[in-house]
Amino acid sequence: MKINKLYISLTLIGINITFLSFKEDPNKKITLKDITFTNPKGFPKPNYNFDNNKLSVEKFILGKTLFYDNILSKDNSVNCGTCHQQFAAFAHIDHKLSHGIYAKIGTRNVPALQNLIWKDSYMWDGGVNNLEVQPINPIINPIEMDETIENVLIKLKKDSTYVSLFKKAYKDTIINSQRLLKSLAQFTGLLISVNSRYDKYMNKKDTFSISEKNGLKLFKTKCANCHTEPLFTDNSYRNNGIKIDTLLNDSGRGKITGIEKDNQTFKVPSLRNIEITYPYMHDGRYKTLLQVLNHYSDTTNFEKNEDTSLHKIGHLTLVEKTDIIAFLKTLTDRAFLYDKRFSDPFVRYN
Amino acid sequence: MKKTHNIFVFCTILLLIIPQFSFTPIVKSVKGQLQINFKHVVENELLKLDSAYYKNELGQSFKISKFKYYLGEIHLKSVQGKDYYSKSYFLVNEDEESSKQITLNQIPNGNYISISFILGVDSIDNCSGAKSGALDPLNAMFWAWNTGYIFLKLEGNSPVSKSPGGMFEYHIGGYKQPSNCIRKIELDLTKNPIIINNKVSFLELKTNLSEILKSPNTIDFSILSSVTDSKNADLIANNYKDMFSVLSVKNENQ
Ligand code: HEC
Ligand code: HEC
Repeated sequence: MKINKLYISLTLIGINITFLSFKEDPNKKITLKDITFTNPKGFPKPNYNFDNNKLSVEKFILGKTLFYDNILSKDNSVNCGTCHQQFAAFAHIDHKLSHGIYAKIGTRNVPALQNLIWKDSYMWDGGVNNLEVQPINPIINPIEMDETIENVLIKLKKDSTYVSLFKKAYKDTIINSQRLLKSLAQFTGLLISVNSRYDKYMNKKDTFSISEKNGLKLFKTKCANCHTEPLFTDNSYRNNGIKIDTLLNDSGRGKITGIEKDNQTFKVPSLRNIEITYPYMHDGRYKTLLQVLNHYSDTTNFEKNEDTSLHKIGHLTLVEKTDIIAFLKTLTDRAFLYDKRFSDPFVRYN
Repeated sequence: MKKTHNIFVFCTILLLIIPQFSFTPIVKSVKGQLQINFKHVVENELLKLDSAYYKNELGQSFKISKFKYYLGEIHLKSVQGKDYYSKSYFLVNEDEESSKQITLNQIPNGNYISISFILGVDSIDNCSGAKSGALDPLNAMFWAWNTGYIFLKLEGNSPVSKSPGGMFEYHIGGYKQPSNCIRKIELDLTKNPIIINNKVSFLELKTNLSEILKSPNTIDFSILSSVTDSKNADLIANNYKDMFSVLSVKNENQ
């Protein structure tokens, strides 16, 4: 009996130890299969392919570790995941404008990070032309991470964990900006959301309710012109009629091109995972999807210079709004939101 | 049977050919070298950062604190018709003596009657992600918020400038229309060709930075003291395209 008890507690301790060590290093479970890219059915060819940034487990893990590490910010208080939360499709849930270092408030709403490799430019104004160089912006922005790339590299070179992660990824001891940025792009580039109920429905693996079906139909005629399937954006810049916020005075695309007619146009955002990326619009002005639909449904709301394809929407009845919202909620991809490959490796559960 | 036989013959032929291919070119591939030196001047005076005062066309005095620019896609045109081309980029920086000398290797023998290059960075390299070497964003010649390289930086002070501290700064870049600031520069060498004959040749170029402020667009420090995006950038780009000239060519073998 005694021996039996001892045996059982020893086994329990053993199980506990294996369990704990698993939790300590979630990266161990990432295999080549997890980071192999195959173009999802029905999707166009991506704009960013990994041809010049060959995917590997080690580079992906390095990129993911960097993404979640405060080391990228000046006072070690902020990481990319602070603003880009996985459970919110890497947007910042319930934050109108971004919150950065020293509790500073930014000027734009944090967008979801998903299906980035199909975009042809990044940020609400499309100012960034390649996924690899995007992270320079938050790192050097005084109200986001307030660091310099030089200093990040100095810190990484002093950190034995990173010395070893870089060595595993690149087979030598060089730590430079190119490797930092390319590994981050392996992580952000693989944030792909294609397993929503909508996707299953399109692949005949799920069914829609009557309301959802009706919502999809309405969506196709009224919204898909800009929020084009399957990415739910056509990558263009448009003015969707929202009035300019005179405090922020964000001229959007115009600031990048210097062309008058581009003022107050913004990159059409994808609507995947829209249910959980509230609040909405580049400045987070709407808290709910109903508010968004109230906006589209009432032409008297519109800013002058609104995109003419908005006129196709017309007045929406409450039932129509409810149906469209029911459909939009089918775009939530739980598998993506809780995908272990993308989760914060620094989180300790006990 | 036949198949294996064929493969065998094929391999034997390959084995016979390969050594010839790999040995003969080595003898021929001893190629020449060209060293290009940049001499930075303001009209007739040698550029001195932070200390010397100069005068522009309008008689406004100024001093220079920073002068850097990108060059690339160097092309040497030969009379024999076999040109030399290298896509590489170089960042020439007044503050870094070694950057003012560029060495090109493996230049085929020949008489070269012109040199051309671009001032700037080609549009593909502005769009294709994170780079290392001369194009590393750490060189502080990169715009992050509106992706692209800064092709040329000229900074300094002038008492007439209305910016804080009398500063002026011209950060010129942009690879897209309507504000494409890449300029191709072509310099004639027919009178004094670069003759490469398995040895080193030296080309000394003059970079006259007062051209940046002069023609065809006269820059008045009291009106335009800052250019840091597409606005007014091509005014300056149209000026800098004329800032290079040939000072001398020396061929070691002569
Ligand atoms: C302080 C909050 C904050 C931090 C920290 C932050 N971001 Fe962002 N991120 C934003 C905001 C806000 C935007 C939209 C900016 C804009 O449009 O001007 C954005 C945009 C992006 C985009 C473009 C998305 C798109 O669809 O266009 C990517 C990619 C991105 N961030 C990745 C990162 C990475 C990688 C890091 C860490 C190096 C990071 N972010 C750190 C707030 C943040
Ligand atoms: C003319 C093109 C266009 C049409 C048509 C259009 N939208 Fe939009 N939509 C946009 C743009 C552009 C934005 C971003 C605007 C901004 O932030 O300034 C946007 C933003 C949104 C957002 C907020 C997204 C986010 O991440 O914050 C939602 C939700 C949305 N649209 C839903 C719809 C629905 C539903 C319809 C159809 C009833 C529709 N849109 C029709 C262009 C369009």
